[in-house]
Formats: sequence, C-alpha cells, structure tokens
Amino acid sequence: MASKFLLIAQREYLSRVRKKAFIVLTLAVPLLLAVFGFIIAKMASSDNDTTDVIEVRDDSGLGVASRLVSTPQLRFETTTGTLADAKKGFQKAKHDGLVYLPAGLDVEKPVGVQFFGKGNISLKKQGAVESALNKAFSDLKMQKSGLTQDQLDRLRSKVDLQAVSLDETGKEANSNALATSGMSYALALAIYMFIFIYGVQIMRGVGEEKSSRIMEVMLSSVKPFDLMMGKIVGIAAVGLTQFLLWGVLSFGVSSVVMPLLTGKDKPKTEVAAGTTAAGATAVVVADDDEPRSAGAQFDKSLESQKQQPVMTGRFKAFEMLAALPLGTILFGFIVYFLGGYLLYGALFGAVGAAVDDQTDTQQFMFPITMPLILSYIVGVSVILRNPDGPVAFWMSMFPLTSPIAMVIRLPFGVPMWQLALSIFLLILGFLGTVWVAARIYRVGILMYGKKVTYKELGKWMFYKG
Amino acid sequence: MKPILEAIGVRKAYANHVALDGVSLEIPEGSIFGLLGPNGAGKTSLIRIITQITGADEGEIRFRGERLNPSHIAQIGYLPEERGLYKKMKVGEQLLYLARLRGLSREDATARIKQWLNRFEIKEWAGKNVEDLSKGMQQKVQFIATVLHDPKLIILDEPFSGFDPINANLIKDEILELRNQGATIIFSTHRMESVEEMCDNIALINRSRKVLDGPIGVIRDQFKTNTYEVEGTGKLILAHPDFEVVEQKERENGHFYARVQLHDGVRPNDLLRYLIGTVEVDAFREKIPSINEIFIRRVRETMPETLLETANALL
Repeated sequence: MASKFLLIAQREYLSRVRKKAFIVLTLAVPLLLAVFGFIIAKMASSDNDTTDVIEVRDDSGLGVASRLVSTPQLRFETTTGTLADAKKGFQKAKHDGLVYLPAGLDVEKPVGVQFFGKGNISLKKQGAVESALNKAFSDLKMQKSGLTQDQLDRLRSKVDLQAVSLDETGKEANSNALATSGMSYALALAIYMFIFIYGVQIMRGVGEEKSSRIMEVMLSSVKPFDLMMGKIVGIAAVGLTQFLLWGVLSFGVSSVVMPLLTGKDKPKTEVAAGTTAAGATAVVVADDDEPRSAGAQFDKSLESQKQQPVMTGRFKAFEMLAALPLGTILFGFIVYFLGGYLLYGALFGAVGAAVDDQTDTQQFMFPITMPLILSYIVGVSVILRNPDGPVAFWMSMFPLTSPIAMVIRLPFGVPMWQLALSIFLLILGFLGTVWVAARIYRVGILMYGKKVTYKELGKWMFYKG
Repeated sequence: MKPILEAIGVRKAYANHVALDGVSLEIPEGSIFGLLGPNGAGKTSLIRIITQITGADEGEIRFRGERLNPSHIAQIGYLPEERGLYKKMKVGEQLLYLARLRGLSREDATARIKQWLNRFEIKEWAGKNVEDLSKGMQQKVQFIATVLHDPKLIILDEPFSGFDPINANLIKDEILELRNQGATIIFSTHRMESVEEMCDNIALINRSRKVLDGPIGVIRDQFKTNTYEVEGTGKLILAHPDFEVVEQKERENGHFYARVQLHDGVRPNDLLRYLIGTVEVDAFREKIPSINEIFIRRVRETMPETLLETANALL
C-alpha cells in the first residue's frame, strides 16, 4: 500500500535527520572544508607572492649574469668578491641562493655551474634557476651564430593553444580539458560517495531491525518489499538533504568567511569550499595559467567591482562550463545518481538482511563494493584519459559500473544512442537487482542464528511467498 | 458460534522440511484459543501464515468466511515470540508509527495511545526512548502496540515470557478483558497452567500435523481414564475384580491416598459402595487429566516408533 510505504520512508528519514550526529556532520563538513580551503589558498598565495632572490657570482666573463631574466618569483642579483665571501654574504643578506659560474666556462658545454642554497634546495627552485640559465646560454649561442638581439626577440613567440572540440554534428565548441575532466571527476566522486555512505546506512539499518527483532511485527503489517523500498527511499532523502545542506552551507561559509580570512588585498586567492561537497562543482581554469577551483559561486564575483582580474577569470570559466553539454550532463547525472543509488541500495539492503551479525557482512560486501570501487578507480584513471575508448564504452553500459563510468564520460559528450542504451540497461539492471534483493530480503529478515552461504542465498531466490 | 478464522488443509514446506501438513482448524469468535505443540511443531509457521508474513503452499485461511487478504491486516494484532521495538525511538512515536502502519489515522492512534498508557499507568514513558526502558517495561509497550488498533483477532505468542508474576497477572486480566469485549485470542504457549486457566478451545500440533483439537472440557473428558482419587483411613486391598489400585501412599495416623482405576463397565458408585464398607472415606474425586498430561501423552502417541524409543531411553 502506498501510504504504508510513505510512512516507512518518512520514519526512516525523520529518525535519521533528527539525530545529533546528522546535525553535527552537516554543520561540521562545510566548516572543515572552508578551513581546509583557506589553508590551501594561504599556502598557494604565499608560494606565489614571495620572491626568491638569487645572487649570481659570474667569473666566466661571458656576460651570462646580465642575461638572466628576473621574474616576479625569481630575482637575480649579481654579486662581487670571492666565492667564499659570496657564500657567506647571501646567507647574511637572507637571500635564497647563490649561482656560481666558474671562470673558463665553455658556452657550448657549460659544465661546473654551481647552485648553493640554504638547506635543501627545492626541485621547483632548482628548475626555475636551471631554465633561466638555459635560456641565457641559448641566447648566447644564438648571438654567437650571428643573430642580433632584435632578431632574437622576434624569433620568440608565445603560443596560446586554443582547444576546440567537435561534436557529432560538426559544431564547434570551446573545449577546456581541465574544466571537462574537473566536472567529470566531481560528478563521479559525488555519486561514488553517495552510494557508499548511504548504501552502508541501508545495510546497517536492516541489520538493526533484524537484531532488534522488530521484523516480525513490521512484516505482519507491511510487505517486505515496501519495507525495503521505504528504507531505501527514506535514506536517499536523508542523503539528498545532507548533500543539499552541504552545498548551501559551503556556499554560505565560503562567501562570508573566505573574504574575511583572505583579506581584501588578495582577491585572487579564493578557493571554493564546496568543491567536493556540492557535487555540481568543478575545477576550472581562470586567467591564463592559474588553475583554481571555483564552486558554483561564479556569480559571487559580481559583488566586487575591484576584483577585475578575478571577474574576467570567472567569466571565462563560466563560459567554458557553459560550452559543455550542461543539459545532458544534468539529466544524466540525476538519472545515474538515482539509478545507481537505488540499484546498489537494494543490494546493500539484501546483504543486511542475509547476515545476522554485522561482522559477517564482509564476504557479501565484497562483490558489491568491488564493481563500485573498480568503476571509480578505472573511471578517474582510464576513462578520464580516454572517454571514448572501449573500456569507457563497456563500463558505461554495464549497470553496476555505468553510474560512475557514464557520468565521467558525460562532460566529454556521449553519442545519444549510447546514453539511451546505457540508461535502458541501467533500468533493467535496477529491476533485476531489486527483484533479487527483495527475495533475499524477504527470506533473510526472518532467518536468525544461521550462517548464510552463497548457496543458501541461491536457494532463497526460489522460495515461494 | 461462527468461526472468525478457518484453516483448511494448510500445507507449508521449506527447503529441507515440511512445517505444516494438511492442518485444518476452526477458531470460534469471541473465544480464547490455545495453540499448543512442542518446539518446532509448526506453530510459528501457522501463525506466520495467519499474519500474512508468509503464504501457504496449499490450502487456505478464511477470515470471517473471506479468503485472507491484506485488507484483514487492520483487524489482526500480533505479538511475536521474538519481541522487538525500534530501540532509538520514543515510546509514543513508536506506538503511533506501528498503529498507523496498521491503518489507524493519526488522531485515532494518538487518542488510543493516551488511553492505553493511562490504563497501564505508564503515561510518563511516552517521551522515553525504548532502549532506556527495562525489559518488562518494553514488553508492556509491545503488548500495547499489539492491541492498539483494536483488532478482532489477537495472536499472542508466549505472551507471559519476560513478565514478573505481578505484570503477568496484569496482562492476563487484560487478555480476559479483551475477550469479554468481543475479541478472539489465539494463544500460543508452553505454560500449560495458563492454558487450563484461560483457554476455551485448544489445538495441539505435533510434527507439522494437528493431532488434537476441540473445547477444553470435551478434550479432558476424552482423555479421562476412569481413575479416582481416594483419601481416607484404613487399608485398601490392592487387587479387586472391579478395579485396580494404581498408586497408594501411606500417611501419618493411618491415613492413605490412593489412585484407583475402574475396569470397563464399573461405575464410580460401585467403588464408593465398596470403599464405604472397608475404610473411612475423607475424600473421593475423579482424576481429570491435566492439559499437560494430555499434551505429553498425545505428543508421545504421535511420535514415530524410533523416536519414541529414543525418548523413552532418555526419560
């Protein structure tokens, strides 16, 4: 009866939402994410804002020192005196390193250049110094071969690669690999986490009912199928509530707290706290070369007129996201999110019903969690790299892996027939697993004190009502 | 009276064994019906079929002449042997939930919960979590949950287990009161004294078959062995053409207690006449078999030979 089903779902929902743990978790996660995001932002900005000063002691007589180009992150200063003095001097001056070019250095074979640093030298710093030196030496070599400085400057060009993706109809769309894979990654993670967290809750809920011996009372009032589906739907509502609250609170926390924390002079270092929680968020590229995560709060940047560079970056990011097949993505996400959850939820419920003891769940959990974990791992490694390959295709068709595999493919564009076939198979898979799960559930919930084997489960399928 | 519930040739088989085999029963409306049987006889299987938790493989159950269907759920109350409530739920909410699942409206359920909590003088528990109650308290809550929707047929599986004598008595009175108000009660138990005290009819199930049923008085008459208990002073002779002294106990001051079984065709007055002539009679009454004795006798009789031998060897 429909009303009983609703009553059950309602109880499952309310009894969980009113728990202290739910409220605490709902409030704590966005705060933690905000703090976490703030720390990352702080570290990233301090990394970018400080300038490393490198002293250069040039004994080679080639004029390399004057050719080293300083950048905002790296400034070269020539120094004189003996090497021993220079070594002591740069430390006293609180400079970050010393490059020593020995006398008699060969332009063709510059061997013996030394870099002294305080303590351990980071790879990044070493790389930056190396590339500056390389550039200086190649300039020298080219000039030696007869090019003027003017010619040299003209030879240099800065290429800004614009990637354009073609869809089936040949229509052009701006493609941004980072935006697309970021979106894929976020969608897959949201589904993966949702199925795992709330699937296990279904299993534990059934286990609790079993161990508290309330099953018989319940079953004399309602059908086992209603009991199972009521629980699955009720817990789904709990999950959606939590995800929604996380999304809203993250947005709130990040828009209120972040500007206060980061200060007004550094508007560039905003990091959205909602990246992992809100689900519909993505990592995008703002400006030319600074990857930065931006949540669903693009419009937020409109608040401040002063944040000119951020605004253009945000608009660009928004444009790139808008270029993705958003309608299809949203539709697909909802279908696979719900379909995947219901499919796995039924299986988790069946496991909870089959075993007596929570510790016995392991052997039955394995075949359920396996395809889930596999589709996530393979998804973010193989499928993300090759979203149209055979692995991607087959995994996005198989109902146990398609909820994650397909949402990873969605932002890259999926042919309509594949999407339709996959959804059709997902619905078939869902009906199949619910049928199997309901049968295991029906027998299992009244079975006490029995160690269940797979053979036993097989028999349960064919018990008559 | 017209039966509220009929079972007709009910059969239920599981993978490895037959739980019920051709069981037919009639449960008269307004009676207390004792469903008896040793462990594993099939009582719980029958109850689960009546409560529609499972279905019968063959045969059918009729509720007031109608084939049993989900619309009858609201008229049946069930207290299973395996008790259980949601531990983290408040008593009042839990009762409301269970009552609404049985088809009661929120308003009706709230009013009745209040009434029942008052009746059991446990009003202050309504806001407590079930896990904070003692086992006996939980049992009371569970009993209320069973009868809250005013069912016409109430099935109680071992209703007294877990109650102290005072509360067991309270529950017993409630059961009788419910019967007086017109409800029919199916009562499954091992406690024979409560069966004798409360039941109007009984059925005995052994090894998946019904081996005995009927009104309790009629069954007792059936199992009478024409045995009389005599107490008096003097000395009884052990052998007589009309009767046999099955047991005789000497007591202080020349008193004795004896059980005397009459041979066929001999009437109690014949024995009494003989007794008056030989001893001083203090008491003379027919020995009526207890339900417990009938139960054990019937279970033994319906056991296969091999099992009987094992059982006898053990006893």
